Amino acid sequence: MTDRGYPDTPAGPFPEPPIDWTDEAGRDIAIRVCQGDRESLIEMYTDFDPAERAQGIPPVGESAIRDWLDHLLCADCYNVVATHDGGVAGHATLVGDGEGGYELAIFVHQGYQDAGIGTKLLEALLGHAAADGVERVWLTVERWNKPATYLYQKVGFESTGAEDFEREMSIRLAQPDAPTG
Amino acid sequence: MKLLFGLATGADSLEALERSASRAREVGDDLVVAVLEGPDEEGGLKATAERAREIVGEDIGVRTVEGHPGSRLVEIAESEGFDRILLGGGEQSPMGKIRIDSIAEFVLLNSHVSVTLLR
Repeated sequence: MTDRGYPDTPAGPFPEPPIDWTDEAGRDIAIRVCQGDRESLIEMYTDFDPAERAQGIPPVGESAIRDWLDHLLCADCYNVVATHDGGVAGHATLVGDGEGGYELAIFVHQGYQDAGIGTKLLEALLGHAAADGVERVWLTVERWNKPATYLYQKVGFESTGAEDFEREMSIRLAQPDAPTG
Repeated sequence: MKLLFGLATGADSLEALERSASRAREVGDDLVVAVLEGPDEEGGLKATAERAREIVGEDIGVRTVEGHPGSRLVEIAESEGFDRILLGGGEQSPMGKIRIDSIAEFVLLNSHVSVTLLR
């Protein structure tokens, strides 16, 4: 789809990682750019509740997870992790769509949900990407997934109006040097 | 079994078509390919039909279908006694998310004939 719409008004600025923060459950969470976290990510995803999968990701089984992560930890990608106690609690990622935009996905392990980690991760990922010049980000979300839709709206995503099985949303990121509206 | 494969122009399901053709031949199913107008690409019906013929061989029928792709496919399946509709349903987003396109959604919600999405 080459005619994807993006909001006219840029959103941001967003905070850049690293961010040290105490979540709503009182846990010390470190949010930072993903570097050498591959094995910890595999650990999180192999333990990920299959009921919380979205549109086939994360895949099930360690070898499929490894292949999928190889794809995400690539050159035209941005990855931010939330870590706690030496393990990965959440992961947010952008993958280039080949048309100058980036597709976003975010996963928080079931043991770390409802503590504000998703919002922090999302903002940190957008801050990290905007600092590197990324301007257009989009995602799809299942129409019934109200909590996720609300989270994306809160951060500044708007529905593009494209609705097949999933709702498509997009955001335009304010560039660090540009004045923000 | 009488199978109807819906192939949209511009779609990425030629590999699924190839698998379906060889499986139909193996088990003796009667396969027909309907080339549909994809949402993103105008025309291209003839070119897509030619590609399809190269893939499935001469013994499998390929026809072009003009008009609203989902409804025309369901109409053909129901009015001509097909047992099953096959659609390529393995498209993925850059992230690896499974995508269901507008043709597949329409067919799933409207067809009284069984539907198989090929991954």
